[in-house]
Amino acid sequence: MSRHVVAAAAEVPPGGRKLVMVRGRPIAVFNLDGAFFGLLNRCPHQGGSLCEGLLTSAVTADAPGEYRMSRHGEIIRCPWHGWEFDIRTGQSWCEPDRIAARQYPVEVQSGADLVRGPYIAETIPVSVEADYIVVEM
Amino acid sequence: MPPIAAPSAERIDCDIHPGVPGIKALLPYMNTYWADAFVQRGMDGFDMASYPPGAPIACRPDWRPPVGKPGTNLAQLQSAALDAFGARFAICNPLYGGQVAVSETMAAAICSALNDWIAAEWLARDPRLRASIVVPAQAPHLAAEEIERLAPDRRFVQILLPAGADMLYGKSYYWPIFAAAEKHNLPIGIHAGTMYRHAPTSNGWPSFYLHDYVAGSQIFEDQLLSIISEGTLVKFPTLRFVLLESGVTWLPGFIWRAIKTWRGVRAEVPWVKRSPAAYIRDHFRLTMQPFDAPNDAAIVAQILDEIGSDDMLLYATDWPHWQFDGNQPIPAGFSPALLRKITVDNPLATYPRLTA
Repeated sequence: MSRHVVAAAAEVPPGGRKLVMVRGRPIAVFNLDGAFFGLLNRCPHQGGSLCEGLLTSAVTADAPGEYRMSRHGEIIRCPWHGWEFDIRTGQSWCEPDRIAARQYPVEVQSGADLVRGPYIAETIPVSVEADYIVVEM
Repeated sequence: MPPIAAPSAERIDCDIHPGVPGIKALLPYMNTYWADAFVQRGMDGFDMASYPPGAPIACRPDWRPPVGKPGTNLAQLQSAALDAFGARFAICNPLYGGQVAVSETMAAAICSALNDWIAAEWLARDPRLRASIVVPAQAPHLAAEEIERLAPDRRFVQILLPAGADMLYGKSYYWPIFAAAEKHNLPIGIHAGTMYRHAPTSNGWPSFYLHDYVAGSQIFEDQLLSIISEGTLVKFPTLRFVLLESGVTWLPGFIWRAIKTWRGVRAEVPWVKRSPAAYIRDHFRLTMQPFDAPNDAAIVAQILDEIGSDDMLLYATDWPHWQFDGNQPIPAGFSPALLRKITVDNPLATYPRLTA
């Protein structure tokens, strides 16, 4: 496992997302109120691009006709067939134990820390003054 | 091919059809107004359009009585159904006009008389017989009253509704019926047939019987989807449904399609917290005549595997309806253990009143 610098943190503000490539794999990076999460950008159903999906909320109900919205912006819906995934865990809504989008650890590190290495930054120049999104793979 | 399942006195036949000879038979069980009204107004012929007495489906040729309508003779029912196939219990599902009449009060009067007639003239004459409570689904509050009236009689083990009604059964309009059913732990039996004042397909009236009968299973699909998607089973979490004469083999493809679509759009029905397959396997049962499969044990076994539950099927002959010839109501392909489940264990679990 190595650390890959994929973007400057400022490129993915809270509520934002960005598709990056790490070792040839497409990774959708999400920023949920400052916490970063990475999902393999291939829906486990038929391969749709999760990064292009609708960012939505958890819709639940305890009785017919009663809708409750929670966890705003933490659920991504695949643009192809609408399957919902929990960005924090990668789990699908309908079959969380069996179907999940593969997760990759993502964190933000300062350029000052990164320059002490080791890290891989294929296309991103790292400067000590900025923060960066780092994917472990 | 020899029969793989011999008649057994332990079997529980979950769908037989005693016939009502005519409205005259029910008059002694009506109040004075209705007993008079049917005579004064000259009304009879309340046989269901789904099973016209003269139609081939309504009666297997060798079960057609020399006189009278199909299923109207107790001795024949005893010899041709209960004795011939073996039955510890058999559940009577009478199909008659009270269940579909346009007038709510007339419908209730016919249903009420039919229930009392079944109790007095069938259940009282053979200890193997049990019955469904027939109710006017047209008027759920009257249906609930009839359920309350008959629930103390433990020989009534189910509530009977036609597959096609004025509305889809998931609508809250029907909640009074389901509340009464849940209160008394009575399953809801949904039997093939419609009220015949709404087209039996969602796209209008077919021209031929071929279409009408084959499309009958589609009505069951709609009711299943309605009950699941409207949250009926969330509102009434212990409610159970039995699909009677629905056919069986359409179910695996339907389940797959329901799961697939639910995964994509479940947020519009968030009260549907589990897969439609889970609700179907937990809350729905199907009688197994007709089964609708070729006489090939391997194909039958594959279908059973795809249904994914050994608890769902209930043995039934559908007597006297003409679903099969000869003496074998059970298709080949059932293991001995599964045969035991569908003929004994599953009916007992579905109808707790059979043993309590």
